[in-house]
Amino acid sequence: MDTALIQAAYIVAALLFIMSLAGLSKHETAREGNVLGMVGMGIALVATLWLSLRGAACSAWLLIAFAMVVGAAIGIARARKVEMTGMPELIAMLHSFVGAAAVLVGINTFVATSDAVGVEGEAVHLVEIFLGVFIGAVTFTGSIVAFLKLSARISSKPLMLPARHWLNLAALVVSAGLLGWFVAADSIVPLLVMTAIALAFGWHLVASIGGGDMPVVVSMLNSYSGWAAAAAGFMLGNDLLIVTGALVGSSGAYLSYIMCKAMNRSFVSVIAGGFGSDGTVSDSDVDYGDHRETNAAEVADLLKNASTVVITPGYGMAVAQAQYPVADLTSKLRERGVDVRFGIHPVAGRLPGHMNVLLAEAKVPYDIVLEMDEVNDDFPATDVVLVIGANDTVNPAAAEDPTSPIAGMPVLEVWNAKDVIVFKRSMNAGYAGVQNPLFFRDNSAMLFGDAKERVEDIIKAL
Amino acid sequence: MQIGVPRETRARETRVAATPKTVEQLVALGYDVAVERGAGELASFSDEAYAVAGARVVTADEAWGSPIVHQVNAPSDEAIARLRPGTVLISLMAPAISPDLVEKLRAAGVTAMAMDAVPRISRAQSLDVLSSMANIAGYRAVIEAAHEFGSFFTGQVTAAGKVPPAKVLVAGAGVAGLAAIGTARSLGAIVRATDARAEVAEQVESMGADFLAVQIPEVDAAAASSDGYAKEMGEEYNRRAAELYAAQAPDVDIIVTTALIPGRPAPRLITGAMVATMKPGSVIVDMAAANGGNVEGAVADELVVTDNGVTIIGYTDLAARLPTQASQLYGTNLVNLMKLVTPGKDGQLVLDFDDVVQRNMTVARDGELLWPPPAIQVSAAPVAQTAAGKRLAKEPEPPRDPRRRYAGMAIGAVVFAVVAAVSPPSFLGHFTVFALAVVIGYYVIGNVHHALHTPLMSVTNAISGIIIVGALLQLGSAGSIGGTKGVVIMVLGFVAALLASINIFGGFTVTRRMLTMFRKG
Repeated sequence: MDTALIQAAYIVAALLFIMSLAGLSKHETAREGNVLGMVGMGIALVATLWLSLRGAACSAWLLIAFAMVVGAAIGIARARKVEMTGMPELIAMLHSFVGAAAVLVGINTFVATSDAVGVEGEAVHLVEIFLGVFIGAVTFTGSIVAFLKLSARISSKPLMLPARHWLNLAALVVSAGLLGWFVAADSIVPLLVMTAIALAFGWHLVASIGGGDMPVVVSMLNSYSGWAAAAAGFMLGNDLLIVTGALVGSSGAYLSYIMCKAMNRSFVSVIAGGFGSDGTVSDSDVDYGDHRETNAAEVADLLKNASTVVITPGYGMAVAQAQYPVADLTSKLRERGVDVRFGIHPVAGRLPGHMNVLLAEAKVPYDIVLEMDEVNDDFPATDVVLVIGANDTVNPAAAEDPTSPIAGMPVLEVWNAKDVIVFKRSMNAGYAGVQNPLFFRDNSAMLFGDAKERVEDIIKAL
Repeated sequence: MQIGVPRETRARETRVAATPKTVEQLVALGYDVAVERGAGELASFSDEAYAVAGARVVTADEAWGSPIVHQVNAPSDEAIARLRPGTVLISLMAPAISPDLVEKLRAAGVTAMAMDAVPRISRAQSLDVLSSMANIAGYRAVIEAAHEFGSFFTGQVTAAGKVPPAKVLVAGAGVAGLAAIGTARSLGAIVRATDARAEVAEQVESMGADFLAVQIPEVDAAAASSDGYAKEMGEEYNRRAAELYAAQAPDVDIIVTTALIPGRPAPRLITGAMVATMKPGSVIVDMAAANGGNVEGAVADELVVTDNGVTIIGYTDLAARLPTQASQLYGTNLVNLMKLVTPGKDGQLVLDFDDVVQRNMTVARDGELLWPPPAIQVSAAPVAQTAAGKRLAKEPEPPRDPRRRYAGMAIGAVVFAVVAAVSPPSFLGHFTVFALAVVIGYYVIGNVHHALHTPLMSVTNAISGIIIVGALLQLGSAGSIGGTKGVVIMVLGFVAALLASINIFGGFTVTRRMLTMFRKG
């Protein structure tokens, strides 16, 4: 009776999780989706607590209550305080917790069941534990490195160890060997050795990927955290964990796939180390001609006389904290009857969808924030494009120069507009180390300096 | 450096190599411009206008003595004698059919650049004089025809009766032909056009004319236009084309022929017999009269009326009959060339022979003969294009062999079957749930709006905190195990529960915070 009820609760919770993700497909239903997720989680927790605490000692009650209250306090406090520019760090941090929890639960499961010799399917059970701990450990350290890189606590440059691909391969091979030992000997030693190796492997894997590839890495770790939860579900024989883990795992995998497609690179090439690691191609010897400089007053004039304006922000806008003046500029122009829209490249920012969140925080209405595919056809009819803190995502070389390292990457075709204003600190190349011929086009002009100050100057000049 | 623009010396030449507008542009490139007194007179540009634009108005000697000389026509012998060695002379030269002139220029030690030797590549279109002049000539050819033609071009219904529209046949749909088509169409005529290159049919139709194709089975399209010009066609083609013209001649009122192959006598398209079948009052404009004519009976620079009352116009100066416009376009072509050879925009001419455009145009330099230039292929030919496209586009990946994919699937299925065979039934049950959940997840996530990907990640963060279930169950059972093991389980479970709670509560809270930010405008 009880077990059936608990199973029913788990099924309801799993359905609610699916509906929660489905709700996120549209802005209108997104908030409801989040609530459904919370309800599902609540149901799952109540059912689990009931199952767990039947006849348990008082100390268990206290421990659980204490753990959850402290966890909730920390979690809610962090979530309330976090800056939207700091979202990637928070997400990476949360991934690492799932990884760590998976490791702990896995080891615990082994400790708790190691006496039960001769259980049917013992080998399969051990494999499940082993895999769960392995994925959890990789997620844990990988996410910590991602967190450190994103919060600039360590250099975002890729770490280049000699023979790094061989190191990774060796870690996998040794772990496979340990799995054989573990299943044969049923001892905790190989499990702990493997945990250590997996921790180092996760660390190295992410350390060798550059900062600009973090959107892919974070989505990938999101996926891993899901698989870790699913593996825990297998070892505990719990379908709710399996379903949830599979949902999260495929979600992260899908996001990584979108990110890779938007950079026209294969998943393997990103994971094996990004641009700037395998011999950067910088064709600085090619003469593109001269760039034209402009000033805030001229840009303000241009904007006043424009009827359609598209703003294409990149991570540079977030770095300069320019999203608030940009939102201000947008509302001022819209009051004048100028049609202002935003074009967002899928890999703009440090997280999938990061730019949208930043613009939403600055109170830019979401219905004028468009995706690359939605806005690309409109550029020929656009009067002015403001490129703020973006570089590789607006590089015409990707579309026109088949020898370029970023050839074939889908980009925002801003150069088709009548005038393009590029906000930039200097003439340095972007993340991919590729020169951008856009800057030298006849219809582009450069506005040098801090993006925030420059946008404020334009607002003043309006 | 100084650019000299002497007055044109050839008879009936009305054009000039610079207009006040182009003088301004040349000055902006850093050059001094010296225009001979009266150079622009026939094209309606006064000396004052040149002076206002920034040029000096000078004598003939000074203009010819400049280090750079711009002209429309090839220089006469006296003019060559006035050039100093080392001078850069830029003008029309027709180097392919005037080897004597090229040799004289070489002997004079000048750098000679032929405006009519610009390669037909898209980058060089802005300095292609042949195109700009042909455009004007095509327009003028129709105007001349209309002038001689005794009726309206456009059809009208008047109180005095119905007027049928004139029928115009344009032979050759190059730049001049297309301009003629456009002009005749805008005057209201019914226009038909022919061309040896079947691929121009689309352009002809886009101008509003009917394309009359010469029906022959084996057209060697690639050979026809590998340098952007039409080539001489085979005998079979000529026979069929003649049949087509013979059929059209009695029907149409106006014929404009534009078939001209550079450096060759013009092909004979319209024979005397065809002319004889035309209606009295019909007009033929032969734009190839300078090279012998497409029409039998055409005389260069003359207007001939045949016995049956057909007017054949053989003017060779059609472009020069629009001197103001022609000078402006020619001058602009020159400005575009000067932009190309003035990389520093500092008034210093620098020739770069690695650039095919500059190499192709230069027929002589420092006593060295540079004509003919090395051959370059133009992309107009479809065959050449595919070859070049392949080389450039990094060999598109061949589609994967589907058999390999199926084989992979089969191996996967076999491996899974083996694993399933040795695993307990409960595992398979869980695995079913897992596989279905992955598929559901993939489709559900695929629908998520791009803008909501960050909230998606935080919400998945929150729900992956469900791993707390494992920690809670272990904590609950830890008490019953007891001993060190119980303590270990309790400690690990506690930490795991704490971390997972952070995820659950933090994830949902931050998602909620983000979602409230999104608002509609």
